[in-house]
Amino acid sequence: MLSVHIEKKFKKAGTPTFQLKIHEEFLRGFTVLFGPSGAGKSTLLDCVAGLVAPDQGRIDFDGEIFFDAGKGISLPPQKRNIGYVFQSLALFPHFSVEENVAYGVVRLPTDQRSVRLERALESFHIRKLRGRMPGELSGGERQRVALARSVITEPRVLLLDEPLTGLDGALRQAILEDLREWNAEHRIPILYVTHNREEVDAIGDRVVAMVDGHVRGRGTPQEVLDAPRATALAQAAGFENLVHGRVLELRASDGVMRVLLDDSACELEVPLGNAEIDERVRVAIRAGDILVATELPYGLSARNVLPGTVESVEERGTIVQLQVNAGVRFAVNITPGAMRSLELQEGAQVWLVIKTHSCHVVTPR
Amino acid sequence: MSGEALLLSLRLACTVSALLLVIALPLAYWLSFTAWRGKFLLESVVALPLVLPPTVLGFYALLALGPHGWLGKVWQALFGHSLAFTFTGLVLASMLYSLPFAVQPLVTSFESLDRRLLDASSVLGAGRGRSFFRIILPLAWPGVVTAVVLSFAHTLGEFGVVLMVGGNLAGITRTVSIDIYDRVQALDYAGAHQTALFLLVISFVVLSLVYGVNRRIWSPWSNR
Repeated sequence: MLSVHIEKKFKKAGTPTFQLKIHEEFLRGFTVLFGPSGAGKSTLLDCVAGLVAPDQGRIDFDGEIFFDAGKGISLPPQKRNIGYVFQSLALFPHFSVEENVAYGVVRLPTDQRSVRLERALESFHIRKLRGRMPGELSGGERQRVALARSVITEPRVLLLDEPLTGLDGALRQAILEDLREWNAEHRIPILYVTHNREEVDAIGDRVVAMVDGHVRGRGTPQEVLDAPRATALAQAAGFENLVHGRVLELRASDGVMRVLLDDSACELEVPLGNAEIDERVRVAIRAGDILVATELPYGLSARNVLPGTVESVEERGTIVQLQVNAGVRFAVNITPGAMRSLELQEGAQVWLVIKTHSCHVVTPR
Repeated sequence: MSGEALLLSLRLACTVSALLLVIALPLAYWLSFTAWRGKFLLESVVALPLVLPPTVLGFYALLALGPHGWLGKVWQALFGHSLAFTFTGLVLASMLYSLPFAVQPLVTSFESLDRRLLDASSVLGAGRGRSFFRIILPLAWPGVVTAVVLSFAHTLGEFGVVLMVGGNLAGITRTVSIDIYDRVQALDYAGAHQTALFLLVISFVVLSLVYGVNRRIWSPWSNR
């Protein structure tokens, strides 16, 4: 288990001080670090790798201390045996694929070195590429080389900073599968940074959500990302609608409250949050969680039905995004089939239907 | 044309650029990677020879190297003779004079390296030495070549410092540029022209060779 309890302040002229403050235990297997850019995810990885020294705290792995500010211990990166795939991959441009991958084991005796090399190349299916230079590789190939290079030292912890960014779904899935297979054998903690929701769902296991240098939630992807409690996280998690309002009424017995949206007569019933009457709140709603009706619906369990006008219709491949003005503008995703059967176009009169539990109250930070 | 002066100049330039490289590599490494706030002071000292007239530099070098200077005294105690008006003295003064031409190309190429490559190297278990010889030096190679060529060329063509520190002793301190000056003073324009032209041609050939080869070394890596 990797245990990280650190604090670090960053001061830069002209910007507010950024503070990283993390108290987290990372178990064997994947942990996804999710959050908007600037949340401190990469800095956290740099601290674990020993490339950045925290101001305070302690980092240890199964009892071995990597860093302890109190005792004045800071193991240099080359003594930690940690695998790290950087966002830029940082392949050595003047070395071939084979030389890149073998860089971490040049000190081993020749026979062991070649065993390790073959195994690493095999794990990520890059045997054929061994003689190529990094400049001659495609996107997915470069990522495979970087992964193979990082695991050849048989690291105790693996840090992956958006290692599969820029790859399409199928390729990403294939590489993830190789990574899973590798880890089924080695069982080490893998910290996987991403801000791509699809990747989070594909990896599954545990998610730690970070905002502004702090952990804002942990659990399964569903628990953390389907009900984000921080605005920045909501945006990163793909909540297209973020509306502001004021609490009108609390109905504690029903577990709900009513919120009047700013600059409109719109009211929404939302789950009871940690808010008082008259307090300002924000409500996050996914565009895909809003239903559209062309007539006033009745007999519904959904508590929020808002009349509005379609302002624009934009086809985006397999989804159609409507902008509907209901006093407040909402983005609504529907399927192309639904658009055709409802004959929706600009200026159409519609009703938006939103379940209470599709509304997520978030705090400003 | 004075073959003796030419050989002396080449010997001086080779010695100076080789020794300078040994000094400039660690100095440039330190300047590029230190987080020390006062490093601008050292940068200024290194750059001083760029702005000082060679005579000023030569004057202070002469004072330091002479029998009453601190360096001269140490040298005299160790080897029994003074440094002024000797080849060794000339080498020391020339190194000081050409220092910025060796350090600055190195600093520029070190600083333009992707730091993540060095991070990757150390995460993979490499200490500073291995990172330097396996990653920094190969990737900064054009800077190294430029540093050597510039310090060589700059030493080959220097005049003021040599005159101040070395004087004009045939075979010991009379370099090409001083030989040319002598001939012009003696109205031997033909002799001066021969030597000058030879120097011009040598400089051009060396520079073209280096830049031509250098580009070819670089090309396989530049398409990353």
